[in-house]
Amino acid sequence: MSKDTNGMLQITNLHAGIAGAEILKGVDLTVEAGEVHAIMGPNGSGKSTLAQVLAGHPAYTVSAGTVTYDGKDLLDMSPEARAQAGVFLAFQYPVEIRGVTNAYFLRSAVNAIRKAHGQEELDPVDFLEVLDAKLKAIGWDDSFINRPVNEGFSGGEKKRNEILQLAVLEPRLAILDETDSGLDIDALQTVAAAVNTLRAKDRAFVVVTHYQRLLNFIVPDRVHVLAEGRIVKSGGKELALELEARGYEWIREPTRV
Amino acid sequence: MSSTIESQVLQPYKYGWSTDIDSETVPPGLNEDIVRLISAKKGEPEFLLAWRLKALRHWRTLKEPTWANVKYPPIDYQAIRYYAAPKQQPMLDSLEQVDPKLLETYEKLGIPISEQKRLTGVAVDAVFDSVSVVTTFKEVLAKEGVIFGAFSEAAREHPELVEQYLGSVVPYTDNYFAALNSAVFSDGSFAYIPKGVRCPLELSTYFRINASSTGQFERTLIIAEPGSYVSYLEGCSAPKRDENQLHAAVVELIAHDDATIKYSTVQNWFPGDEHGRGGIYNFVTKRGKCAGRRSKISWTQVETGSAITWKYPGCILQGDDSVGEFYSVAVTANYQQADTGTKMIHIGKNTKSTIVSKGISAGHGQNTYRGAVKIMKSAEGARNYSQCDSMLIGSECGAHTFPYIDVRNSGAIMEHEASTSKIGEDQILYCKQRGISAEDAVSMIVSGFCKDVFRELPMEFAVEAQNLLGITLEGSVG
Repeated sequence: MSKDTNGMLQITNLHAGIAGAEILKGVDLTVEAGEVHAIMGPNGSGKSTLAQVLAGHPAYTVSAGTVTYDGKDLLDMSPEARAQAGVFLAFQYPVEIRGVTNAYFLRSAVNAIRKAHGQEELDPVDFLEVLDAKLKAIGWDDSFINRPVNEGFSGGEKKRNEILQLAVLEPRLAILDETDSGLDIDALQTVAAAVNTLRAKDRAFVVVTHYQRLLNFIVPDRVHVLAEGRIVKSGGKELALELEARGYEWIREPTRV
Repeated sequence: MSSTIESQVLQPYKYGWSTDIDSETVPPGLNEDIVRLISAKKGEPEFLLAWRLKALRHWRTLKEPTWANVKYPPIDYQAIRYYAAPKQQPMLDSLEQVDPKLLETYEKLGIPISEQKRLTGVAVDAVFDSVSVVTTFKEVLAKEGVIFGAFSEAAREHPELVEQYLGSVVPYTDNYFAALNSAVFSDGSFAYIPKGVRCPLELSTYFRINASSTGQFERTLIIAEPGSYVSYLEGCSAPKRDENQLHAAVVELIAHDDATIKYSTVQNWFPGDEHGRGGIYNFVTKRGKCAGRRSKISWTQVETGSAITWKYPGCILQGDDSVGEFYSVAVTANYQQADTGTKMIHIGKNTKSTIVSKGISAGHGQNTYRGAVKIMKSAEGARNYSQCDSMLIGSECGAHTFPYIDVRNSGAIMEHEASTSKIGEDQILYCKQRGISAEDAVSMIVSGFCKDVFRELPMEFAVEAQNLLGITLEGSVG
């Protein structure tokens, strides 16, 4: 918190890739607490790679650059340490965990985070109260909580489940990786409304999306265009509308070096 | 990553110590004299000796089966000792007479046989090498007319029951290892539940192999009279030794009209070391007969031990409307091999069977599910549901599935589902991204995978089973 002036999240000249191929080629980005940043860009521009690198996916290697989170070297932290420090990724493709209920999974996660902060673990009864309160806050019912994690969920349900986890885990930095993909307009609005209730002064969002549509409902403070592994243009929320109208090509041409 | 996962599953064997106790053994080798000697030591009735000798003669005509998907060097049956017993009077009236070393052994194993540590609700028969050393709660059971104790004792005190039922489900001609067991079986448990009685306690046998170069050949027989209910639990362990030891047991269950037998096993024989040295060869024949109408037999097994497991607990569904169930978790780690599954034979009308098998392979483990479902012509309205799931951890292990289906009645309904999954980097990352450590993630994923089976286990065993898999319990089960 003390480093707020330097950005909660500070990405400098980040180069990263997978299996020897460099995908991010010098990303610079600063996100302050309380802000919502949208990362847009064509397919293959590196949006999801950026999200995975921030979460610490072991398949990706960082070849250059730095990422600091609250002034600490994020890249030096294990994925679980990042989560415990308040970094949350809503996955584009959430995995299924058979036979493990959402309630159990969430309680394990909450308790792992509490333990990392030296707090008492919650027993199942106390946890259910917390969960109930969260569900009420985002206006959802409890139909998810006793189903196995994402098992047999529709695409839309999986995305909603990610947002439920976000609500329960109360991260300081939430990264949403194409949370809108596969959602119909009703589901999109439901998810966006929940996200909006979670916006807070001490919480930042990085919303990765291909389409402007989501940003009608989650209105960003800043919009960045990622193309060929770099942020090639940044602007206010109106940039998203311009992209929607004109496509990505007009951005790419003049900035190519 | 996968090494973190594997280290969670490849836990060292905790029961590998042995008890230093004087034991009485017979010389190695198998012949009629040895069979006569075993029978004489047990003070058996004449019919039993005659039956053993017939079995031995039949065994000599058989060849060891080779169809199972397991590999091991030839067994020298003449090098095995067929009897070992701690030197003391085997059957005792009170615990004061039991050698303290034996009590200590079971304490150390966590088996509650001493007075103060007894679990309420569980009666235990403790079998050490070839003899039953003690049976708890006998009086409580006797009040209900339930007979529970050592097989050898039952052969002396209730010869008519033993003669009537022994070999009625698994005849000595059934297979190579069943014939061997029939000739040389030493001890095991016997349970008889009278008509209409709901057994007030869980019955439990804990088998411990201690002596070296010795085979264990126990025989268990459970008879449930009409309208009765019994839940029986079986656990086992053995010291760490470099040699392979043979365990060839036979279990027979008989359920009459409206009777239910629930049979649970947590098998944790020494699995061999991380290089595949030593370990128990677990070649077991288990079968239940649903003889009566609306009878039910349910097998639940958690197989984590043994170098090699060869085991197919099955049900003969003879009575109309009878039900057979098989729930299994088999884990093979290091160099363990398991070829296990079930056999459901539908004879009566409207008979139903359910098979749920979960195989987990890690290290160089090889895990085979082999199951047969047979619907006879007479089995009008028969139904079977089978589900076989395999989980692979690491890249050196294997999972194999061999379902055999033989349907002779066109009205039968058969369902079969199978899946193979791998604990993936993506699943682990997903958990880690929520703050959960890799160790806890593996525990959670494995226990979720086994949930359908664990919830069939009685509470005490569910806990043990989870611990065996190196998993912390908590809400995910039950």
